[in-house]
Amino acid sequence: MEFLLSLKIALRALRTNKMRSFLTMLGIIIGIAAVIAMVAIGSGASRIISDQIASIGSNILLVLPGSRTSGGIRLGHGSTPTLTYDDAKAIRAECPSVALAAPVVRGGAQVVYGNMNWSTAVMGITPEYLMVRDWRVVEGRDFSQAEVEGAVKNCLIGRTVAENLFGAEDPLGKIVRVQKLPFMVIGVMDRKGRSPQGSDQDDVVFVPLRTAQRKLFGSQFPNSVGSIMVQARSEQDLARAEEQVTMLLLQRHRIGPGREPDFTVRNLSELLDVAEQSSKAMSLLLGAVASISLIVGGIGIMNIMLVSVTERTREIGIRMAIGAKQRDILLQFLTEAVLLTLIGGVIGMLLGVAGAKLVAQVFQWPTLISFKAIAVAFGFSGAVGIFFGFYPARKAASLNPIDALRYE
Amino acid sequence: MGEIVVRIDGVSKVYSMGEQRVEALKDVSLEVEEGDFVAIMGASGSGKSTFMNIVGCLDVPTAGTYWLQGLDVHGLSGNALADIRNRKIGFVFQGFNLLARTSAVENVELPLIYGRVPAVLRREKALAALELVGLADRAGHTSNRMSGGQQQRVAIARALVNEPAIILADEPTGNLDSLTSVEIMAIFQKLNREGSTIIMVTHEPEIAAFAKRNVVFRDGRIISDTPVALQADAGQVRGS
Repeated sequence: MEFLLSLKIALRALRTNKMRSFLTMLGIIIGIAAVIAMVAIGSGASRIISDQIASIGSNILLVLPGSRTSGGIRLGHGSTPTLTYDDAKAIRAECPSVALAAPVVRGGAQVVYGNMNWSTAVMGITPEYLMVRDWRVVEGRDFSQAEVEGAVKNCLIGRTVAENLFGAEDPLGKIVRVQKLPFMVIGVMDRKGRSPQGSDQDDVVFVPLRTAQRKLFGSQFPNSVGSIMVQARSEQDLARAEEQVTMLLLQRHRIGPGREPDFTVRNLSELLDVAEQSSKAMSLLLGAVASISLIVGGIGIMNIMLVSVTERTREIGIRMAIGAKQRDILLQFLTEAVLLTLIGGVIGMLLGVAGAKLVAQVFQWPTLISFKAIAVAFGFSGAVGIFFGFYPARKAASLNPIDALRYE
Repeated sequence: MGEIVVRIDGVSKVYSMGEQRVEALKDVSLEVEEGDFVAIMGASGSGKSTFMNIVGCLDVPTAGTYWLQGLDVHGLSGNALADIRNRKIGFVFQGFNLLARTSAVENVELPLIYGRVPAVLRREKALAALELVGLADRAGHTSNRMSGGQQQRVAIARALVNEPAIILADEPTGNLDSLTSVEIMAIFQKLNREGSTIIMVTHEPEIAAFAKRNVVFRDGRIISDTPVALQADAGQVRGS
C-alpha cells in the first residue's frame, strides 16, 4: 500500500480515539522531554566545569614548594620556602618544552581606598602570569618587566575588588593602601568567574613580584616564591615539560638520587580529566533514568495497541476478506504505533527544549541543547514504536479471517 | 450459459473441537456457471456457512477439490488466497461490514487499495461502482450517516468494484425490512442480467425466489438443487 495512504489510515484511527491516543503518547512525550532536558542540563553542567578549568589556563604545571619536617612533624606543601624567583627564571631558560614560567607570591591583605576597605588576596606576579592564565587587562595597562624588577608600587585589581572599593568610580590612577603602603591602580582585570573550587577569582589584587617579596610579605627568605605556574609549549609537551622541570629543580636544589625532593610538580590537566569523567558519568546517569521512562512509555503503547487490535478484530476481518494480505495488516498497525511514538516524540522534543530553556532562565543554569541528543531521542522514539508495536501488529495479522469476521 | 466458474467436487469439511469431530460438509459437489444466480438455503447448522467460506476462499476443505475459474485452490498460501479473494470474489455480508467513519467512496476503494490499483483509477472505478448501485450522490457520506439499505448498496459496490468472477452474498437482506430487501434484490438481479455470477445465502423463500436456482442444504449435504420455475422480478415487485 502506498505510504501516504497508510499514513492517512493510521491518522484516522488515532483520531477516532483522541483521548486514548494522547494518553498513550504521554509516556513517550514525558520520556523524550526528559531525555532532552536532562542531557541539556547535564551538558550545561559539564560546560560550566570545563569553562572553570579552562579559566586556569591550558597545559599548565604547578610547581609547589616541598614540605618541611620539624621535630618529626611533617608540614604540608609550601611549609618551607624552597622555590625562588631564580628557579622560575631557570625553568624558563633551560627547559625546552616550557613556554612560560610564572612565579607567584600569595598573601591576604586589607585594601583601603578612601573610606572603603576590602579584604582580598594579594598576589605578587610577573607579566608572564597573566599570559599563562590568558587573563587580560581591560582598563589601563599591564606591568612591565622593569616594574617587576624595580619593585614599583603599582597594582592591577580584579573586578570584584574594583566594584567593592570603587563602585561606579573609575579606579585608574587612584591610590589604594595595601598593608598601609600606597599603590597606584594602573589596570583593571577582565572578569574570570569562579574557580573549579568555587572561589571568586576576581577577588584579587596583583602587584609586581619583587614588590610583594620585599615590601609586603617580606620574610627571612626574600627571594622565595609561593608557587610557579609553568605552561608547556603544547599539550604533547606537557609530560616532557614535567620531566624537564623536575630534573632541573633536583639539580638546582642539589638533591641526590634516593632523597626526597623539596618540591612537587602537579599536572593540572589531570584535574580536567577527572572533572570531565565525573560530568560524563552524570550525563550518562541522567540519560539512563530518562531512557527508562521511554521504555515504560513503549510498554504503554504496546498495551493500547493490543486493546486496539482486539477492538478492531471485525475491521481486520473485513479487510482480510476483501483481499488484505497479512503484511498489509501488519504494516497498518505498525504504522499506527510508530506514528503514535513519532508524534509523541515531536511533542516531547518541543517540551524538552522548552523545559531546558526554562531551567536556564529560572535557575541561571546554562543548558546545552545538543542536536545530537534530539536526533537520538527522535530515532529512539521511532524504534520504541517499531519494537513495541510489532507484537500487537503481528497478532492482528495472524488472525483467522473467518473468526475475525464473526467477532462481535 | 457460459463456462463453469465454480466447480466443487466431493468437498468435505471436518472441524475438530477437542475430542469432538464435527462434520460440517459431507461430500458436497456443485457447479455454478457464469451468469448464474444461486440461492443457498438451509437451517442454521446445515453447513451453508461453511460452504460459503470455502467458496469465498476464507477456508479450505478437508477433502475434495474446489476449482475457481479452472484454478485448483488447494494448497495455495495465505497470501495467494488473499489475492484470489481480492481479484475474483466480492463479498456482501449480512451486517454490511463497512468501515466506520469512512466515506462511501473510500469503502468502495478498499479492495482496489489492496489490489495496488493507482489512486486516480481507483477513485474513478469506485465512483462508477457507486453509480451502478445508484449512490453516486452519496459518495462522500460516511457509513454511519446512511440507512441500512444505503449501506448494503455501498457494500455491493465494494463487492463488484474489482469485477470479480463471483459475488458471494451472505444473508444480504437479513438486517433489512422487506421493502429495502426487494430494492437490494433488484440491484442483484440487474447485476446478474449484466453478467455477474451471484451466490447468495438466505433462509427466506421469498428472497430465494429472486434467484435463478435454489440449492438446499441439510446436515452438511445438498438435499435439493432446483431451477426456479418462475423467477420473481424485483423491479416489478418494487413498482407494484
